[in-house]
Amino acid sequence: MAWVRRHLLFLAAVLVLAYMLVPNVVVAVFSFNDPVGRYNYTWRAFSLDAWANPCGAAGICQSLGLSLRVGLVASLTATVLGTMVAFALGRHRFRGRAGTNLLIFMPMATPEVVMGSSLLTLFLMMGLPAGTLAITIAHIMFCISFVVVAVKARVATLDPRLEEAAADLGATPLQTFLRVTFPLAFPGILAGALLAFSLSFDDYIITNFTASPSSVTFPMYVWGAAQRGAPVQVNVIGTLMFLVALLVVVAGQALAARRERSRAG
Amino acid sequence: MAEHGAGDLRLTGLTKRFGDFTAVHPLDLTIPRGSFFALLGPSGCGKTTTLRMVAGLEEPSGGTIHLGDTDVTGTRAHRRNVNTVFQSYALFPHMTVLDNVMFGLRRKGDKQAEAKAREALELVQLGQAGGRRPGQLSGGMQQRVALARALVNRPDVLLLDEPLGALDLKLRRQMQIELKRIQQEVGLTFVHVTHDQEEAMTMADHIAVMNAGRIEQLADPATLYEHPASTFVANFLGQSNLLRARVEGGARDGLVRANTEGQELLLAADSVPEGLTDLWVGVRPEKLTLGEAGGRNRLGGRVVDASFTGVATQYVVRTPWGADLVVVQQNDGSARATPGEDVTLSWEPGREFVLDAAQDDHAGLDEVAVDG
Repeated sequence: MAWVRRHLLFLAAVLVLAYMLVPNVVVAVFSFNDPVGRYNYTWRAFSLDAWANPCGAAGICQSLGLSLRVGLVASLTATVLGTMVAFALGRHRFRGRAGTNLLIFMPMATPEVVMGSSLLTLFLMMGLPAGTLAITIAHIMFCISFVVVAVKARVATLDPRLEEAAADLGATPLQTFLRVTFPLAFPGILAGALLAFSLSFDDYIITNFTASPSSVTFPMYVWGAAQRGAPVQVNVIGTLMFLVALLVVVAGQALAARRERSRAG
Repeated sequence: MAEHGAGDLRLTGLTKRFGDFTAVHPLDLTIPRGSFFALLGPSGCGKTTTLRMVAGLEEPSGGTIHLGDTDVTGTRAHRRNVNTVFQSYALFPHMTVLDNVMFGLRRKGDKQAEAKAREALELVQLGQAGGRRPGQLSGGMQQRVALARALVNRPDVLLLDEPLGALDLKLRRQMQIELKRIQQEVGLTFVHVTHDQEEAMTMADHIAVMNAGRIEQLADPATLYEHPASTFVANFLGQSNLLRARVEGGARDGLVRANTEGQELLLAADSVPEGLTDLWVGVRPEKLTLGEAGGRNRLGGRVVDASFTGVATQYVVRTPWGADLVVVQQNDGSARATPGEDVTLSWEPGREFVLDAAQDDHAGLDEVAVDG
């Protein structure tokens, strides 16, 4: 009994983690399955076929490529624009600042279905054809909000005296930005960019409204495939994505830990 | 950019307004080249704003700033050969100590930046800390890095914005001596902003006492203390006993006869301004003597409080008309008075200072209490 009491917290933590990670484990395990028929829902036999040929299913790698391209362009553009907005909101008092704050928050609060259908209407009215460009524009739009939130939090912690000190020591405004402001804001900007990329890569609903039959992103591919029977390759790519995300997180943690050690040492 | 050692720093009619609030009233001030100058005053008196205008971090609403013969009023901060040691140090947390110190030299493209920076770190006794980050250093060490980072550029004027405010008392004393030594060693003009009167007195050659955006008095520390020009200065710098008095008759033998609450006082004639009849007579606590040995001026009273500090005893003596006078008696081995005892206080004419009675005798008192 005493043992249970001592380890209760640990047990609870393990249960919660298991609850969160079981879906990932299932995806990973079934990437090694060798299913009969079109559905990969029951375990039959161990196989490396899908891992040996991840692009084996028709169209899967084209959709993955499109998602990566859209994600890259959308997150980079949103990061540049969002960072500028975040600095403006965090550093300056101007007319319409409160309104801007609210408008920036709107895309995060609006249901995706509403936003997707509105965008479709807008694009149709403007004569912009559905497709890759429309998807990218839509993604940039909602990614900006998240970048602004991430960068603004960082900007708020920056001491404006540091920039004054740089100017005082003879740095031009550009040098001050490059050598002091940007390096200090970088963790926030990077976090915003990564968040934007994963949101763009992941998005289904808005993408679906703005896509054309020739611009199928990875989430759309998976969704479509799940209706007709999902190839094992979906699990392979899903597992790879999970591993990449894990790698990024672990690398980030290790980097932070090393910096912490060098600071303490 | 002004040539190094350009000369005196001259402020002419320098003004700063924030909306309706005037932080600095038109200010005229000449700070001689190579001097250690202090701007002393309570928080909110405009001293930091003045400093920031000199640094170029705040735009004046009016007036001019000259460095030697060069008008730098419109020159932006990064083009002024003026460097600041910030109150919060403002060290760049993402750079090593050495990179911090080299920052200014690098901006000028100095080829010997590293050698000079190491030399500056030696000067502040941090030669070993160059590779560390500011976050790994104690407050006192960070303060010295900030000093080295500013000094290494050999500015025409070095501005210090309450640089010792965050340090504990012992470290502060140590840094005061160190700052003074460094200033004498490098011979730059130092302008030091502080609310700590003791700090200003210890270090500066000249002190401008500021209050509510104006300079109350500009003098050397001894003059400020012995002959304050206003009740504010008298109360802000050290303690003062202010007695309301009225002149009776003209000067004779260099003395003026005055009357306070029916008691006759003799005042040195040269300290009483011509034509002034209603006065504050100020006597510093250590100039008063318990007993009649102190001089010809005598006041009676009863001891209401005595606190022994080791080197001295501080008494509060209440006069028959209810005024509390502070007396500090050196611990010279003589007998100490106890609360409740009736005593006589005495001082020799000439040890007092005299101010116009139209001034508020409480000016500067609240600020002392707030700022410690």
